[in-house]
Amino acid sequence: MTVPVFLFYLFATLAVVSALAMVLNTRNTVAAAMSLVVTMVALAVIYLLLEAYLVSAIQIMVYAGAIVVLFLFVVMLLNLRSDDFAPGRARLSRLAGALLGVFTVGEVVRHWGALPAPPPLPEGFGGYRAVGIALYTDYVLLVEMASLLLTAAIVGALILAKRKID
Amino acid sequence: MIPLDHVIGLSAILFAIGVVGVVTRRNMIVILMSIELMLNAVNLAFVGFNRLWPVGPDGAASYDGQIFVLIVITVAAAEVAVGLGIVISMFRNRDSVNIEDVSLLKW
Repeated sequence: MTVPVFLFYLFATLAVVSALAMVLNTRNTVAAAMSLVVTMVALAVIYLLLEAYLVSAIQIMVYAGAIVVLFLFVVMLLNLRSDDFAPGRARLSRLAGALLGVFTVGEVVRHWGALPAPPPLPEGFGGYRAVGIALYTDYVLLVEMASLLLTAAIVGALILAKRKID
Repeated sequence: MIPLDHVIGLSAILFAIGVVGVVTRRNMIVILMSIELMLNAVNLAFVGFNRLWPVGPDGAASYDGQIFVLIVITVAAAEVAVGLGIVISMFRNRDSVNIEDVSLLKW
């Protein structure tokens, strides 16, 4: 087992464990958000190992840097001491979760080794220059649509969080 | 070489954990976090498939998967901004972030 493969399994285990810690933590919402950060960083390392360098940097900056901080802001703003809510249809949803887990693991085991080995990469694959050129030539319309979406989201969030609209 | 079926398997496992979070949790903020986890799982699958087919039909390097990931990250940021705005206005009106308290539209 080479070093990148070992690192992949290490960070894959870390991602799964911290994702489980986020979902199963019913006491502390801040701790759940911190587990989410660990998952995001582990996924960024896996992107590096898959040679998607720009995506890895954006993952750290946007997810770990912006989105989770937004979550933490809201959790601390609302001052949620605990979120141990009374379970509603807990038994049914736990049954559904267990069934989904068994199905997913079954599918993963069934398709073990089904994909071919990854081919060798062209020079400079996944770097800032190559992805940036693709983004601003072939996909420039997509970038403009993303900027429109972000503008709409900013206006929407402002209107929602405003106390009263004059 | 990282085995790509294991990458896709990790993506499926993370997506399943996110679905379980959305279905079982009652806290609106944790439900939003689980949705983020599901989006991340999809991103991982996109990056894995881009690694598997790095060359387009014209023989040049193809970045379709990675550019899709960037767009999904944008959508996730927009979704979190609006979602947390909804959480704040819900807390202001109901004094709670429990989704059982906002079941007005539930059948």
